[in-house]
Amino acid sequence: MNISHHFDDATLMAYAAGTLPQGMALVVACHLHWCPECRHRVKQAEAVGGALLDNISPVAVSDSALDDILASLDEVPAAAQKQVKTSEPNQTELPDPLSTYLNKSLDDLPWKWIGYGMYQVDLNFGGKGAARLFKLAPGVSVPHHTHTGNELTLILRGSYSDEIGRFRRGDVADLDSDVLHQPIVDTGEDCICLIATDAPLKFTGIMGRLIQPFIGL
Amino acid sequence: MQEDEPIGGDVNAVTKLAEDSRKQMRDEWSARLMSLGETRDKAVFAQLFSYFAPRVKAYIIRLGMPLATAEEVTQEAMLAVWRKAHMFNSDKAAASTWIFTLARNQCIDRMRREKAVEYELPEEEPDPDQRDNAEHAILAERMQIAIQQLPENQAQVLHLSYYEGKSHSEIAEQLGIPLGSVKSRLRLAFSKLKTYWGDEA
Ligand SMILES: [Zn+2]
Repeated sequence: MNISHHFDDATLMAYAAGTLPQGMALVVACHLHWCPECRHRVKQAEAVGGALLDNISPVAVSDSALDDILASLDEVPAAAQKQVKTSEPNQTELPDPLSTYLNKSLDDLPWKWIGYGMYQVDLNFGGKGAARLFKLAPGVSVPHHTHTGNELTLILRGSYSDEIGRFRRGDVADLDSDVLHQPIVDTGEDCICLIATDAPLKFTGIMGRLIQPFIGL
Repeated sequence: MQEDEPIGGDVNAVTKLAEDSRKQMRDEWSARLMSLGETRDKAVFAQLFSYFAPRVKAYIIRLGMPLATAEEVTQEAMLAVWRKAHMFNSDKAAASTWIFTLARNQCIDRMRREKAVEYELPEEEPDPDQRDNAEHAILAERMQIAIQQLPENQAQVLHLSYYEGKSHSEIAEQLGIPLGSVKSRLRLAFSKLKTYWGDEA
C-alpha cells in the first residue's frame, strides 16, 4: 500500500483537540484506519492534550461526586473490547468508520445525478459544514468551487490528478480556501471520494454551468 | 552541595528534581490505571478519581460547558475510565493523555445529536518500525516542558484549540488574523513539540 498524500499537522491537531465538525472528523477517522503515519501524529497531538490536563488548575467536583460514582460502579459493566482494526486500502473497500456509518457498499448507495458525469450522496450530518460522497466518471473534471473554510477529501476508489499531484485510493487532499485546483479523473475507472467541509460549499453560479466534461483526455 | 557553586547549578538541580518527581508521579498514575484495568479495585478508582476528576472538570468548563453539565460530563468521563480501564496500555500513552481522549470524546458525544462518528483510534497492529517506543512518562514530561517554552503566539493558538475547543476559523476570527496564520502557528508549535518526542522536526 502506498499512501502519498497525508493530512496537514494543523488538521490532525484539530482532530485531536476535538474541534473538527463531524463530517471532517469522519474523513480523518477513515484515513487513520489506513495510515500508520497519520495515526502516529494523532497520538502525538493527543499527548498535547494530556500535557494540558496535567497542567490545568483543577476545579473541585461536588462533595458527593465520588460517593455517587462509587455507588453506581457495580451496575456498570466493563466495556467490551472493541474489535476496531486497522486495515490497508487493498484489504477492504471501505475503512471501518465509513462502513459502520453507511452500512452499505458504495455500489448500493442512492447516488444522485448532479450533472455531467457527477453523482453524489449527502451524508446529512448536522451542524456546520457538510460531508458527501462524490462519484466522478472517467474524464470528468471538477471545476473550481469556492469554500470559505477547509475541505478534506479522501479517495475511496479510482484516482484523480490536479495541480498538486496524483491522488489515489487512501490519499487525502487537505486544502484550505486559498488553494485553487481542478481535479481530473485520470483513469478509465470511476473516482469515488469522501469530501467534507467546515463551511457550506458555495458554487459560484449555476452548478450545471460549472460542472463541465473534461475534453481531450 | 558546595557553597561556592554557582546559583545556576542549584536551579538546574532543582528543575531536574521537579522533573524527576513529575515523571515518577506520571508513572504511578499509569501503573494505577493499569492495575485498575486488571483488578477493578474501587479503592484504586477512588484515587484516580480524586486526582483526575477535578482536572477533567476544569477542562470541560474551559470548553464552554455550563457548570451543571460539566459536572455531569465529568462523571460520565470518569465512568468511562472505569468501564475502559482494561483497554489502557501504558506502552501506548500516558494516563493523562488517555483520560484526556475519554473526556474529549464524552464532550463530543454530549454536543452532537446525530449518529456518532467513530472517534477512537483503531487497535494498532504490531508495527516493526514503530517510532514511539520511548517511555510515555518521559515523553509526557518533555511535552510539558516543550509547551511551556513555546512562543506566546503559538501557545495561544494551542490553548484556544485544545482548552477552549475553538475551531481554526473561530480562532482566526477571535484573534483577527487569517486562517492560514492560525494553521501555520499550530504547525510550528507541533513541529517543535515533535522534536521533544524524538521525531525529526
Ligand atoms: Zn496519512
